Amino acid sequence: MMDSEYQTLTRDGLWENNPALVQLLGLCPLLAVTGTVTNALGLGLATMLVLIGSNLTVSLVRNFVPKEIRIPVFVIVIATFVTLVELLMNAFTYGLFMALGIFIPLIVTNCAIIGRAEAYASKNPWPKAAYDGFVMGLGFAFVLVALGALRELLGQGTLLDGAEMLLGEWARDLRIQLIQFDYPLLLAILPPGAFIGMGFLIAGKNWLDARRQRKAAQSPVVKAQRARVTTVN
Amino acid sequence: MSFYVASSPHHHLRRSTADLMRLVLIAMIPGILAQWYFFGWGVILQLALAIAVALASEALCLLARDRAPSSGLRDYTAVVTAALLAVSIPPLAPWWIIVIGTLFSIVVVKHLFGGVGQNIFNPAMAGYVLLLISFPVQMTSWLPPSSLTELPGLWDSILVFLFGFTGEGFSLEQIRRVESGTLLDAIVMATPLDHIKTELAQGFTLSEAKSAPIFSGAAGMGWQWVNAAYLLGGLFLIQQRVITWHIPGALLGSLGLFALIGALIAPDHLPNVDIHLLSGATMLAAFFIATDPVSAATSTRGKLVYAGLIGVLIYVIRTWGGYPDAVAFAVLLANLCVPVIDQYTRPTVYGHREERS
Repeated sequence: MMDSEYQTLTRDGLWENNPALVQLLGLCPLLAVTGTVTNALGLGLATMLVLIGSNLTVSLVRNFVPKEIRIPVFVIVIATFVTLVELLMNAFTYGLFMALGIFIPLIVTNCAIIGRAEAYASKNPWPKAAYDGFVMGLGFAFVLVALGALRELLGQGTLLDGAEMLLGEWARDLRIQLIQFDYPLLLAILPPGAFIGMGFLIAGKNWLDARRQRKAAQSPVVKAQRARVTTVN
Repeated sequence: MSFYVASSPHHHLRRSTADLMRLVLIAMIPGILAQWYFFGWGVILQLALAIAVALASEALCLLARDRAPSSGLRDYTAVVTAALLAVSIPPLAPWWIIVIGTLFSIVVVKHLFGGVGQNIFNPAMAGYVLLLISFPVQMTSWLPPSSLTELPGLWDSILVFLFGFTGEGFSLEQIRRVESGTLLDAIVMATPLDHIKTELAQGFTLSEAKSAPIFSGAAGMGWQWVNAAYLLGGLFLIQQRVITWHIPGALLGSLGLFALIGALIAPDHLPNVDIHLLSGATMLAAFFIATDPVSAATSTRGKLVYAGLIGVLIYVIRTWGGYPDAVAFAVLLANLCVPVIDQYTRPTVYGHREERS
C-alpha cells in the first residue's frame, strides 16, 4: 500500500502532473533562465532543495498552524529555505549565483512550491511530503534541463557550457561542442525561443501520451481534466 | 417543385482560394520586376528557392496530418507565403536564410496552428521576424540600388547566393560597398530607412541625412519605384475585388497622418510622409501583407481598426524602435489584437437593433 502511494507520487511528479509541463507553474524562472543547461540545472537543483525543505517543514507544522493564517506561514517557511539556498549558492557556486541573479530570490514566488505546500504537504505526513517535494522538484528540474539543452544546442551548438560555475573547475571539460555554427539561431537564446521551445516540449509530451493511449486502446478512456478551470463569462 | 435555398454568405461571384491566391501572385509581378531591376537577380533566386521549399514542406505537413497533399498544394497559399517572405529579405542573403524562414512559416506558423485558414499570425511575417532577430547581419545586408553600383550578374548572384562569394572571390560585404568619391573611401550602403535612423542617432538633421546619394529621388532611390510597383499591383487587387480598400486605406491613412503630425512638430528630426509611404515595405504591407484574409480582422469596421493600428505601430516602431523598418512587428502585434477587434466590431445582424450599453 505504501509502495503504491510512493509510485503514484513518482509518476505524478515526473510525468502525469509535472509542475512545468502539466501544471504550467513556475513558468517565469523556467522561461527566463533556461538559456543554457548549466543555468537550468542550477536553478532546477535550487528549486528542488527549496521544495523538499518547504514540503517537509510545512508537513511537520501542519497540525499547529490555524487554517486562516496558513498561507503567510507557508510563505515564511519557503522564504527561509530560499534564503538558505541563496546564501549557499553565494558561498559555493558564486559564478552561477551571479548568472542566475534575481531568479534565485524569485524562487520564493514560484507557484509550484506554494502549490505543493497547500495541495499536498499540508495534508500528508512528513515522509510522503518530503518525497513529493523531491519528485516534483526533480520533474521541474528535468523540464528545465531539457529546455536548457534544446535552447543551448540551437543557440550556441554546445551543451553544458559553463558547467564549472556549478560543479567546480573539473567540470570545465564537460562542455561539449556538438555543432559549430557560423551563425547560431539567436532566437533560441532570446525570450521568444523559450516560449516556442516550451510549446514544443508540451506538444511532445501530449503526443507521447496520445500515442500511448492509442496503443492501450482497450483501457477505459480517461476524460480530460483541466488542472485549473477559469470560467468564461 | 422544390426551391433550393442557399445559406449565407450570398456571394454573387464564386471564387476559390486558388483563384484569389493566383490573382495575388499576378499582382505581385510588378513589384518583383521592380526589385529585380533595382536589386538584381537575387530576388528571383530567393523566390525560386522559397517556393520550392514551401511546396515541399507543405506537402510533407499535409502527409503527416493525413491530408491529401494535392488539394493543399493546388490552393497556392504556400506559394503566396513563400513569395511574400522572399521579397521581404535582402536579395543576396545566403540560401539557408530563406530555407529556415520558409520552413518556420509553413511548418510552425501555418500547420502547427491547423493549416490553411487557421493560423493566427501571418506566416510570412512570423518567418521574417524569426530571421530578423536570429540573423540580424544577413537580414540587413541590402544591396545598393542598381543606379548607384554595378550589380552582380546572374551567375555571380547564384554563386553569392549559394556559397557567399562571386566568381572573382568578392564577398557580399565587398559587393555592397559603393565607391563614393575617392577610391579608398568606399562606404557600405544602407537602405534609406536604415540610413536615416543611423544618421539621426548620430545627431545629424534629416536634411543632412537626405543629402546622401541614395536619396536622389523622393523617398530613396530604387525603393520608391519598388513601392510604386507594389501600389500598382495593389490597385489591381482592389479592382479585381480580391481585397477591399479598407485595410490599405486605413493603414496608409494612419501612417501618413502620424508622419504628417510628426513632420509638422519636428520637421528636421522625423521623416516626412513621402519617406514613410514610399520607403521600406509600406506598400507591400498595405496591399499584400496586412490584407491576408486569415490573420486580419473580419468585419469592415474591424478591418479599419486593425489596419489603422498597423499604421500607427509602423510609425511608432520606425521612429522610436530599434529596427529601421517595422512592418513585420506591426503586423504580428496587430494579429494578436484581431480576436479582441473582432469581438467588439461584430456587425449587427439584419433586423436587430444595435445594442447600446
